Amino acid sequence: MATQAKLITDPLASTAAAMPRERTMRELVWSRFRQHRAALLGVSVLTVILLLTIFVPIVTNYDPLKTNVDHIREAPSAQNIFGTDELGRDLFNRLWAGARISLMIGVATMMISVMIGTIMGAVAGYYGGAADNILMRFTDFMLSIPQLFLLLMFAQLLRTTNEPALSGGPFPIIIIIGVLSWMGIARLVRGEFLALRSKDFVEASRALGSNDARIIFRHILPNAASSLIVAATLRVGAAIITESTLSFLGFGVQPPTPTWGNMLKNAQAQMTYAPWTAIFPGLAIFITVLAINYVGDGLRDALDPRTIVKTEK
Amino acid sequence: MGKYILRRLLQAIPLVILISMTVFLLMNLIPGGPLAAYESPGITPEDLERLKHELGLDVPLHIQYWNWLSAIIRGNWGTSIVSGRPVLTEITERIFNTLYLSIVAFIGSLLISIPLGVTSATRQYSKIDNLATTIAFFGQSIPIFWMGLILIIIFNVMIKNPNTGGPLLPGGGMSTIGSDFSFEDRLKHLILPASVLIFFNLGTHVRYTRSGMLDVLHQDYIRTAHAKGLNKRTVILKHALRNSLLPLITIIGLELPGLFNGALITETIFSWPGMGRLFFNSIDRADYSVMMGVLLMNAILIVLSGLLTDIVYGFLNPRIRFD
Repeated sequence: MATQAKLITDPLASTAAAMPRERTMRELVWSRFRQHRAALLGVSVLTVILLLTIFVPIVTNYDPLKTNVDHIREAPSAQNIFGTDELGRDLFNRLWAGARISLMIGVATMMISVMIGTIMGAVAGYYGGAADNILMRFTDFMLSIPQLFLLLMFAQLLRTTNEPALSGGPFPIIIIIGVLSWMGIARLVRGEFLALRSKDFVEASRALGSNDARIIFRHILPNAASSLIVAATLRVGAAIITESTLSFLGFGVQPPTPTWGNMLKNAQAQMTYAPWTAIFPGLAIFITVLAINYVGDGLRDALDPRTIVKTEK
Repeated sequence: MGKYILRRLLQAIPLVILISMTVFLLMNLIPGGPLAAYESPGITPEDLERLKHELGLDVPLHIQYWNWLSAIIRGNWGTSIVSGRPVLTEITERIFNTLYLSIVAFIGSLLISIPLGVTSATRQYSKIDNLATTIAFFGQSIPIFWMGLILIIIFNVMIKNPNTGGPLLPGGGMSTIGSDFSFEDRLKHLILPASVLIFFNLGTHVRYTRSGMLDVLHQDYIRTAHAKGLNKRTVILKHALRNSLLPLITIIGLELPGLFNGALITETIFSWPGMGRLFFNSIDRADYSVMMGVLLMNAILIVLSGLLTDIVYGFLNPRIRFD
């Protein structure tokens, strides 16, 4: 294979070239992913963020809800390296406590939208005809409503129920963002299914007596996995931004629980005299989402068999 | 052509009706329904019953919907319970402000992203290409509300105007309150919110121009044009660019919902008197008729812009036939 010959500089490739066996899919993907420098950097940044998210709250044992009136709005110093907020809480510790919730919301929301989007897209693409028509018109309809307006309305709806389980916590937010952001995934999966459903291996499986569910989930879906993985990665980033926007506007996770978004909620009011309260949580969102998007881009290149493998100079 | 426009217009009507139904049902989902806003300790259950009757809320839902829809068509969009003014007036006063901000941001973004996208596609993997992709990634990853805050901190709080000692740029509003119309004042108020929205659009626009251009550049007719001995400039600007911009037109129609999202956030941060801010404030105060009005107006604008995009696309692309 021509690509193998080009990849001799790669240690994995050279061992593979020395041995007469074909490289596995995983090795191929990894060797392509490694060439995407920004994606590698993204993975490292995400690893650091994840480690800090796990260990900072454990190590410092800081209660993110505890207020301290003696240290209100202190600028960053050796004690509080990110400064303190309007209730004297340490921003550094709150940032990592908030990270747990923000990241969890990002991943959980992605799972919901991937689940709904995959089912919608798979049914529409596999069965075609009327099912396709109805589901895709519904998808277009959902896409034609500005998402943020609906999110705010649903959030308000939950708030007015006065049900503690429904208002203020992360779970209702996960559900409403997830339920309103599956459309892109549905279109993508539908496209893949349309292209794959008439392939020979599907015919073969049908001839062997597989039912629709087996063909959809065991045969077609794994072939659509590459683009689904990329889209799912990017959805995590988008969901983190959506959650932070909602919380910033006061309709997301309610204080005192910290998330990256609601830490910024009071930032605008105190921007003139405590700008640090606005900078760090936003920077955390920006860096995390940027890293996720670069990893998604790297995965897109790595998983796409058409990507030309460049030799490193 | 006329026939095509008429047919598309007729196809758009069911969509608007569907959206109006959704809006109406959503409002009725809210606990307490449209009456919730009137509930206060001073109001008796009898008063509420009377209000319910006066507002026509004691008839079945489908009749309520029909009454509401026919009032909407006659131009009666209800009254805002916050300001006491007709909803349609509240919206039409602000719709221009939203469109003004969005259109400036949209055109501004295209003015940057078309040259950038074209250059980065013609010089793939060059420094400019890296810059363009980086901008696209940053635009996609930055929360726009945070970017707004940072711009206010930098240009309103930190950097001062050397002549007056005041802030360099205003951090909110459309013009200085109480002052006469001045072009300079308007422009100063526009810079920060427009920059935020431009950056928000830039990510998608750069990516689309770049990939559209890359697609076209690899086609045979471009090679033919080069082979004919045309200079590179003519080939790129006359042959490639015109065709590569076609896909960009389609996304303009698809982008309007996103633009409204962006406008809502920007308007809220920069106290810009537009529809997004109106909607945000009406949610906070449970002003249902305003919420419904803005949602419906958004839907109509989005459907119309989709229609307009299709028509413009048809005009510009001779391969599309209307029959």
